[in-house]
Amino acid sequence: MSEANNLAEVEVEGEQKQVANAVQFLSFILGKEQYAVDILRVQEIRSWEPISRIPNVPSYEKGVVNLRGAIVPVIDLRDKFNLGHAEYTPMTVVVILQTEINGKNRIMGVVVDAVSNVIDIDKTTIQSPPEFGTKVSTEYINGLAAVDEQMVMLLDVDKLLKLDDVDDEDEN
Amino acid sequence: MATILAVDDSASMRQMVTFTLKGAGFDVVDAVDGVDALNKAKANKFDLVVTDVNMPNKDGITLIKDLRALPDYKFIPMLMLTTESGTDKKMQGKAAGATGWIVKPFNPDQLLKTVKKVLG
Amino acid sequence: MSIDMAQFHQVFFEESFEGLDAMESGLLNLDMGDVDKEEINTIFRAAHSIKGGSGTFGFTSVSDFTHVMETLLDEMRDGRRQITQTALDVLLGSVDCLREMLTAIQEGDEVNESKVAEHKQALDKELNGESTEVPQIENIAQSIDTIESSKAANEGSSQAGWHIVFSPHAHLLKTGNDPVRMFRELKELGELTAIVDLQGVPGLYDLDPEDCHLSWDLKIEGDISREEIDDIFDWVEDDCDMAIQTLTNGVTTSQHPTNDVAPNQINSAANSEQPAESNDVKPEKISSVQAVNQSAKPKAEKKEAKPKGSSSIRVDTAKIDTLINMVGELVITQSMLSLVGEDFSPHKLEQLKNGITQLGRNTRELQESVMNIRMLPISFVFSRFPRLVHDLSTKLNKKIELKLSGENTEVDKTVVELISDPLVHLVRNSLDHGIEMPEDRVAAGKPETGTVNLNAYHRGGNIVIEVVDDGKGLNKEVLRAKAIEKGLIEEDAILTDKQTYELIFHAGFSTAEKLTDVSGRGVGMDVVRKNIQSLGGNIEIESELGKGSTIAIHLPLTLAILDGQSVAVGDETYIVPLVSIIETLNIDESMVNRVAGKGETFRLRDEYLPIVRMHEIFSVETAKATRLTEGLLVVVEGQGMRCGLFVDDLLGQQQVVIKSLEANYRRVEGISGATILGDGSVALILDIPGLVRLSNL
Repeated sequence: MSEANNLAEVEVEGEQKQVANAVQFLSFILGKEQYAVDILRVQEIRSWEPISRIPNVPSYEKGVVNLRGAIVPVIDLRDKFNLGHAEYTPMTVVVILQTEINGKNRIMGVVVDAVSNVIDIDKTTIQSPPEFGTKVSTEYINGLAAVDEQMVMLLDVDKLLKLDDVDDEDEN
Repeated sequence: MATILAVDDSASMRQMVTFTLKGAGFDVVDAVDGVDALNKAKANKFDLVVTDVNMPNKDGITLIKDLRALPDYKFIPMLMLTTESGTDKKMQGKAAGATGWIVKPFNPDQLLKTVKKVLG
Repeated sequence: MSIDMAQFHQVFFEESFEGLDAMESGLLNLDMGDVDKEEINTIFRAAHSIKGGSGTFGFTSVSDFTHVMETLLDEMRDGRRQITQTALDVLLGSVDCLREMLTAIQEGDEVNESKVAEHKQALDKELNGESTEVPQIENIAQSIDTIESSKAANEGSSQAGWHIVFSPHAHLLKTGNDPVRMFRELKELGELTAIVDLQGVPGLYDLDPEDCHLSWDLKIEGDISREEIDDIFDWVEDDCDMAIQTLTNGVTTSQHPTNDVAPNQINSAANSEQPAESNDVKPEKISSVQAVNQSAKPKAEKKEAKPKGSSSIRVDTAKIDTLINMVGELVITQSMLSLVGEDFSPHKLEQLKNGITQLGRNTRELQESVMNIRMLPISFVFSRFPRLVHDLSTKLNKKIELKLSGENTEVDKTVVELISDPLVHLVRNSLDHGIEMPEDRVAAGKPETGTVNLNAYHRGGNIVIEVVDDGKGLNKEVLRAKAIEKGLIEEDAILTDKQTYELIFHAGFSTAEKLTDVSGRGVGMDVVRKNIQSLGGNIEIESELGKGSTIAIHLPLTLAILDGQSVAVGDETYIVPLVSIIETLNIDESMVNRVAGKGETFRLRDEYLPIVRMHEIFSVETAKATRLTEGLLVVVEGQGMRCGLFVDDLLGQQQVVIKSLEANYRRVEGISGATILGDGSVALILDIPGLVRLSNL
């Protein structure tokens, strides 16, 4: 969790807001819901570009892209969570995240519908995730927060990006 | 400023000695053994030679002996880097024409003090 | 001036580890019957360097430890001590201990004090025939004597100064010593009055200008100790006559140091007090530390998978020179091209083309040069094996000889770092399970001493490393039975000999791979193969029951760049390693054979090879050619397996930079890596054996 200062100023749609015990997140939209990830895990945000397909991998692993010389996989979260397939539009964005799984550092991209904002969340107001009822399985959700009267689901980046088969193998 | 020839088969020692002496304003050339040193001594005129004793190809004492045979190096100060227990090494060194010795292990300050003492 | 010594530590550690390696191989090679003087000198020098460096850089424990080794070796090289096998073994053990000490210090870990003490005791025992204390007592006795004598000498001297008569011997100047320098030093201690005595100067024609004919009468006033005076004249005491008296009350013992007795002893007392003290401290310190360390966590023998790449590399200066030349040529080509570019007109086209061709050549050569810099001789890897074989064969009570060949074969630095552990595993296997006990060998009509060969050579675009033993070989029946038992193959499965031998690479196969001190880390043949595959290579076994086994590791010469043939399958581009392509054909239906349940094969001369439909195994929906006659067949070979890849079209050939797919993603069967094409898109590089496996599923 990132702790900017105890007090952080954040511009939210033109208004200055002061948030105590602030932790910063990047929020984005997927399906009709709002999600967010720890800002420290976000390496960069890229607009949509053609992905080179990799054969024989789960369908939500769309393929790889060239990120300044590095081969980075791109995961479509909509597909992964069965939120219904969407066409990729100019608004479609790939968020490049840093994860650490089994001691290994990886850079991976996730396709989201649109990026909303960098938000400050008072960490004392974060609630634990509901047991059921969320489109995205609870195992990926660290908590819930209310931002501007909207529910934002805070995702666990490492769990989110854990690759089936590969990371299980390494754990043995 | 005076030019010093520093001879030691150990890279870390060479680095330390060179760094210390250069830091004090001396010009330093290093050599990895007696053969290398002799060649360099012939090609340049050094004001002081500081040499380790145990080295492959030509040891420090033989180096000093060979240097003393060169007209340019008859009176040039030459110091041996020797361990304290090597009293016979000191004797041999003296016999070969060494000016004196610096006892190993030494720290940079000791080295500088001795070098400055000798070079004036 | 305070200098941060830490900047020299890294070099010190590196050269010390090299020195330890040199000591180890030297000790192993030492033939007690016919001692190679140069060899033992080399071993001594290595120990001496480590001792000197560690002392200088403040690693006192290392210095003290190495001191005993050095003394032993010094005596050996002087012929004062006979070289025995026990002594050599003790020294070998100390080399290991020292290596561990240095590694621990370098990584900031705790040193295993009890182990150090143990080895130190063994060394002392070897040196003195009994354990510690003895030399110290002698030293102390000596220093007590000399302290007393110097006390007597100094009696009655209050320190108002000294009167020194200094007569250098004629040759003093030829030692590089200068009386004036000494007087300058004296001046720093107090008020100096010097009167020169010209009596010794001969007549002009007898005068040798290189000799010193002068002597001096010196008075130095001040609160100065005898020691300080002696310090100044320390170097020249044999080269002069000196008479020293104190300047108070007239009456003192006058010192005649020319016979080396007093000042020498005083100096050596002063100096030898040091080691006596520190040696006293040592054993106590160790025992108290031992008590504290009772609960110390048992350190794993080796650190678990610390990224081994060292941050520096030794390069032959010749390689650097070549590189500089290449760059020079590149610069020339660049100037030529820029000239052509200035005021370009169509009639300069020919020049432009030439320039570009040249640029291509320069770039290629530069690239080869640079790759070459990362190449190290495989001897870096092989060097640990003599020791390993020596120790392990002793442990197993077997007689085994190790033969190395091709140590100069060069491989990429990464290969050197990563191939070491797998090779160790393979060699240990050979020793453990391959080579038989001496009695069994003799009974089988073989020489008592088994041989293990480590060979390295280049072949095609690869480097091949072989582990060959003349042991008992692999038993196909046993392997087969075991595999069936473990459910790895069906009872009626038909396997070629090769396939049978390769069963040992299956995870879960481990026959005798029990956790002997080899395995602990979960190393098994499957991990070995995986490691080698991750380097882009493969491993094969050949064996003959009763005669021995050969394990061959094939690795690409360069890990980063590949000559590739691009092929199109639908909208996708794949790269086939050029080195694996045998030929490319148009398919004629008459060549094709279809066997129910076995897929398609085609006839190539006298073999039938499987057809791998790329668009099927990679689910390429946009594939244009679905009927065999519509596309091309690229005949390839990998790991002894051949097949034909069915693709839409051939695109160009180019060199591609291999990028890892696994760094950020996963390993995909049939794909060995990825590359970025000129247009920025990603193309996948095919792994032939993987493709064959996929098509067999």
